[in-house]
Parts: sequence; structure tokens; C-alpha cells
Amino acid sequence: MSGEIITGKKTVMTPFNVIAGMVVLMGLIITAIRFTKGLGAATNLSDYNPWGIWIGFDLLVGVALAAGGYVTSAAVYIFGMKKYHFAVRPAVLTGFLGYLFVVVALHYDLGRPWRLAYPFIVGWGTTSLLFEVGLCVALYLTVLFLEFSPAPLEWLGFKKTRYLAVRLTMVLTIFGVVLSTLHQSSLGALFLIAPSKLHPLWYSPYLPVFFFVSSIIAGLSMVMFEGMLSHRAFHDKMDEEHLSESDSLTLGFGKAASLVLAGYFTIKIIGVAAGNHWNLLTTPYGIWFLVEMIGFIALPCFLYAVGVRDKNLMLIRFTAAWTVLGIVINRLNISVIAFNWHLPASDRYFPHWMEIGISVFIVMLIILFYRFIVTRMPILYEHPDYKGEEQ
Amino acid sequence: MGISRRKFLGWIGAAGISASIGKPAGASSISQFSGFPDSKGVLHDITRCVGCRSCEDSCNKINELPEPDTLFSDQTVLAKNRRTTTKAFTVVNQYISKNASEKPVFRKIQCNHCLEPACASACFVRAFTKTPNGPVTYDPDVCVGCRYCMIACPFDIPAYEYDEPLTPRVVKCTMCAPRIEAGEIPGCVSVCPTEALTFGKRKNLLSIARERIRNNPDRYIDHVYGEYEMGGTSWLYLSGVPFHEIGMREDLGIKSGPELTSGALSIVPMIVGLWPVLLTGIYGMTKRKEKNAFIEQEGAVAAAVERANHESIKKIAAAIEKERLGKKKAMEAAEKEKEKGIK
Ligand code: SF4
Ligand code: SF4
Ligand code: SF4
Repeated sequence: MSGEIITGKKTVMTPFNVIAGMVVLMGLIITAIRFTKGLGAATNLSDYNPWGIWIGFDLLVGVALAAGGYVTSAAVYIFGMKKYHFAVRPAVLTGFLGYLFVVVALHYDLGRPWRLAYPFIVGWGTTSLLFEVGLCVALYLTVLFLEFSPAPLEWLGFKKTRYLAVRLTMVLTIFGVVLSTLHQSSLGALFLIAPSKLHPLWYSPYLPVFFFVSSIIAGLSMVMFEGMLSHRAFHDKMDEEHLSESDSLTLGFGKAASLVLAGYFTIKIIGVAAGNHWNLLTTPYGIWFLVEMIGFIALPCFLYAVGVRDKNLMLIRFTAAWTVLGIVINRLNISVIAFNWHLPASDRYFPHWMEIGISVFIVMLIILFYRFIVTRMPILYEHPDYKGEEQ
Repeated sequence: MGISRRKFLGWIGAAGISASIGKPAGASSISQFSGFPDSKGVLHDITRCVGCRSCEDSCNKINELPEPDTLFSDQTVLAKNRRTTTKAFTVVNQYISKNASEKPVFRKIQCNHCLEPACASACFVRAFTKTPNGPVTYDPDVCVGCRYCMIACPFDIPAYEYDEPLTPRVVKCTMCAPRIEAGEIPGCVSVCPTEALTFGKRKNLLSIARERIRNNPDRYIDHVYGEYEMGGTSWLYLSGVPFHEIGMREDLGIKSGPELTSGALSIVPMIVGLWPVLLTGIYGMTKRKEKNAFIEQEGAVAAAVERANHESIKKIAAAIEKERLGKKKAMEAAEKEKEKGIK
């Protein structure tokens, strides 16, 4: 993304727009293939590998990276970090778009997407972790929609409705944290049922805890990472508070992320110790596990700490991006890379280009929606009519 | 983990998530469940199997499956490591022992009809049912196609119709449930020429298996595969070679699928119950801290104001004094001038 994308007045043929157009076109074509020819035509899924990157990336990574919404609103409204108030709206917006498109992406992966509501209508499969995930995601998407609603209501000038929505803030925040705790952790718990398929270094009875704790890390890092990107692209949309306080947010969130990463590292070690899997660390999978542990958990923990100590904002922002990458790797490890590790190479899964195409298409849609909204609604600045109002 | 499903549902209900769940489904129960008492099963005596593929043939016809990839008379495919697919609910594989003098071993693969099926507990629309007769059946009319059942099945059994754009189904062996219902025996069992397959009550099959082991200790490994694996299965196996050598996993453990996830599920009501209380508490504390800070701040401001007042009064007094003195001096000077002038 670059500064020119928001000018728009001069020309729509900016490099970004051209790429975006091509990605959307490709997405539409693959969409047509997927829904007319079936999953088999667009994916490399097989009977051994029923889940690919549409679950591993679009669902698991998508939900983890959309954690910024609950993390930020909890920090501001529950833990009273009022000075980060300016960051709530962008974080809630990304959370909302993130979840919305997780649900959109699910329609590609489900064999019969039009039955998406069946679990709640025809068969309450309460013994399934997926049921819990589905219920919480559905409820949380509603919560995020309500949390986000003041922005469009201000934009449209519906003062009374907006007032009602704003009054719900506290309740929605608490709901949001409860629902996020539940579904972030149960995404990890999905894999509890398959101890014989997931590599022992990644399989652990603590998987739900790992997923929850790492979602906090993902949320914090995503808010910083995204802040960096939107500073580049939407600088002119930001108000005084946003511009002046975002450095302090980076320092605060960087510190928090470093602490949570340290805790995460510790419990991951406890996980290995509990299963007594030390001997596996020297195998190829073990080395890959160590890459994740040292390169994407210990290292960012250290870099965040150094960045905060030296007030090195560049370093913290780089670390945020690195941590986000680490989360992507972790979720793919569990769902795809270390899953079915025992099978011979010929039975393993590698994504079809169309699967990657849809994932890129979904990410592009999120960016385009984000751009559409922040260039119109009061997200990065306070609406003049409601300035300084206590929320 | 000793939480019964009913209790769990009770909590959920109490926590206000739902009020409309509650039909007890034996198949996906997470309480201790050792199988329906008279449920049927099949004993597969691997030592008797000759790899004729008659069972594959009969299964194909009974279930009206598409034409097989190779004719059932073709024995060469046995050597390939095949699995169940949308076209084959069952396959027979051949395993050559490392010891060249030993004869090859054949093993039939199909759904094991677990006593507490992982696939059923994983399904979020309850498309699978463990019937009291034994078979684990599937209902395509409710299936959403999430394929979590396939992730969950430890035996890699369910296959999916990926090429079907509108009506893809999960497919697997049904244990010929309709035939059992009608008092017949499963198709594959009925055609087996060597009685490598025996159909009956699971209880009885277990005794038969134990008896065979007792009578021929040299012929069999002393283990009935499926008695306890993954909480027990309706399909049982006897073998002359270690099970892992013929592609059967020996590391599955005896915990059933539902047991593996019951812990995580039982935490749900805890989170729903405790989190809001804790969070509101924290919120209350932050509020109080803020208020205290505010009061302190107020106090500080008042003190500062007072101090400032004090100082300014002094200043004003000093200024007035100064002015007074100045005026006095000026008056004196003026008087002096006057006097001078008079003089
Ligand atoms: S073998 Fe697999 S598909 Fe068959 S009942 Fe057990 S878990 Fe379900
Ligand atoms: S694919 Fe169908 S049967 Fe399998 S878990 Fe999903 S909804 Fe249930
Ligand atoms: S029990 Fe029926 S469906 Fe299952 S393998 Fe045998 S013939 Fe096929």
C-alpha cells in the first residue's frame, strides 16, 4: 500500500488499484469454478486431507489475527487504558471485517454452504468443538457489528441510534472477551480429537490454552502492524490524537506483547515436558518446532523488550510484523504442516493454486473494505459532533 | 473429566447459551459408555483372509457404488496400499512380511463402527448415529460438509465426494444397516468364502476371538484389536502378525473420541460463568482507581490553588505596600518641591 491509493481524485489507475482489480477478477473466476465444479476442481483436498488452507489460513489465521478487536477494547474499557481509546475503532473495524470474511471464506470450504445454519436449526451437535466455534463466531460477529455500528451511524447522522449503540459499549466489551476466549481456545481444541494425526510436539492437551494465549499476542501485534500500514496509507485521515498517541500505543502494546510471549514460551515448554517429547526435538519436525519456538516466539519476545527499552519504534513495528508471521506459521503447522505427518509424502497435502488464489482474494477484499470505510467514516479521527465524548 | 453430558448441558442451559438442547444421544455421550448391550459386530480373522476381494465386490453391488477402478478379479491392486474412497466402502490390502518365508497377509479395511465414534462426537449437526444394533449411520440430509468427521476418525475411514458441486456426501461403510435391520447379515460377511468374517453380537464375537487365541496360541497374536482401541469398536480383528506390521495403528490408546474433547468442553460453562464476573470486577477496580486518582488530583489542585492564593495575597499585599510606599515617597517629594517653590 502506498500513499497514492487514497487520493483517488486524480486517477483510479494506481498500481495498487490495478493489482486489486486483477486479484478480484481472479477471485471471481475461481469462485465460479468452485461453485459449479465442486471442491475437487479448485482444491487439492483429499480423503486423507479434508482440511487445507481454507481452514488453516482463512479460518484459523483469520480468527487469530482478528483478535485485535477484543484485545484493544478490553485494554481500553476494562483495564482503563483510556489513552489508547483512539485505537479502538480501527481495531474493532479490522476485527469485524476479519470475522465477516472468515465467514465468507467458510462458504468456499463447506461442501454445502447453504446449510451453514443447520447446526443451530436441525442438529445441536453440542459434543462438537466445531459447534462451539460456530456458535461463538456467529455471536461474536454480531457483537463486533454492534461495537462497530457507532461509526456508520455517525457517518449517516443517526444520532439517537448511535447514542443507544454507544451505551452498550461496556456490555459488548465483556461479551466480546467471553466469546473470544471461548472460540479462540476452541479452535485449538478442534485438534484435541486427533492425537494420532497431529505431531506430538504440536499436539497437547493444552492446545486450547496455547490458542487463546497466542491470540492475545496476535491481537496486540496486529494492532501495531496495522497501525503502521494505515499510517502510511491514511495519514491525512488521522486526527491529532491518533497521530500523537500512536507511538505511546506502540510502546505499551509492545511491552504487553513481550510479556505475553514470554508466558506463551513457558507454557509451550511445559507442553513438551508434560508429554515428555524432548527426544523428538532432534528429528526434522523437531527442528521445525524449534524454529517456531526460538525464531517466532523467543526472538520476538526479546526484540519487543529491547525495542521498548530503547524506545525503538522501528524495531517494535518490525517485530510486530514478524510476530504476525509467526502466528501464521503456528496455525499452518497445526492444521496442515504437522497434521498427518505420519503419512507418506504421496498422501500429503499441498494447496492448489486456486486455494491460494481464494485466500489472496479474501485478504484483498478485507483491504478494500477497510479502505472504503476509513476514507468515509470516522475511524481514524473523532467525528466533530461527538468529540471528547466519554465512551 | 467425570462430567456427564447431561450435567454439562445443564450448565450450558443455566449459563443461558441455550435451552433447546437435550435429547440424549447415546452415540455422542461423554459419560462412561461401554456400548449398547446387544450390539452387533464383525470379527475379521486376518489369518483366514485370502485376498479374493469377494467382499469388495459384494459391497459394491449392495451399495450400488460406481464401477470399480479395476475389476474385482484383478489381484494386482492388492499390493497397493489402498484406502476407503467414495467408490469403495471397503478395500483389501496385502502385506508382505519382511521374513520372506512367511506368506503374505491380507487385511480388509472398512469403518470400524466405534462404540463411541469420534466422527459422531465431532459432527456439529449430529449427522452420525451409533445405532443400538451396532452400525454407525450417516444422514446426508443434514450434513453441512465441514469434514470435521474425517479429521476426527482415527482410522481414516470417511471419504468425501469432492467432485460433487451440489450434493457432496460423506461416504463410508454402513455395516449394511438396512440388511441388519431386516435380519440379514452384512453383504461382505455373507460372501466371504473362508469365513474370515464372522457376524454376531459383539459380546459373543469377543468370546469366539478369545477362544481361537486359546486354542491356537501359535497362530495368533494375543490381542483382539478393537476390544479397547479408541474406546472399543464393533469390528474386531485377530492377526498372526503384529498389528502395526499390517498397517493398523497400535498407538491410538483406549480413550474414545468424545473423551478426548470432554475436558475442553467442560471448561465452557466455567468461562461463561466466571469471566463476566472477573471482568466486571476488574472494570470496577479500574473505575475506583480512576476515581481515587481523580479525588487525589482534585485535592492536589485545591492545595495548589490554596498555595497559589496564599502566595498571590502576599504578592498583592507586597504590591500594595510597595505602592503605598511609592505614593508616600512621591507625596513627600512633592511636598518638598512645594516647599521649595514656596521658598
Ligand atoms: S471408524 Fe471412523 S468413521 Fe467409523 S465409526 Fe469409527 S470414527 Fe466413525
Ligand atoms: S462433514 Fe457432515 S457429517 Fe461430517 S462433521 Fe461435517 S456436518 Fe457432520
Ligand atoms: S458391512 Fe456392508 S457396507 Fe460395510 S463393507 Fe461390508 S458390505 Fe460394505
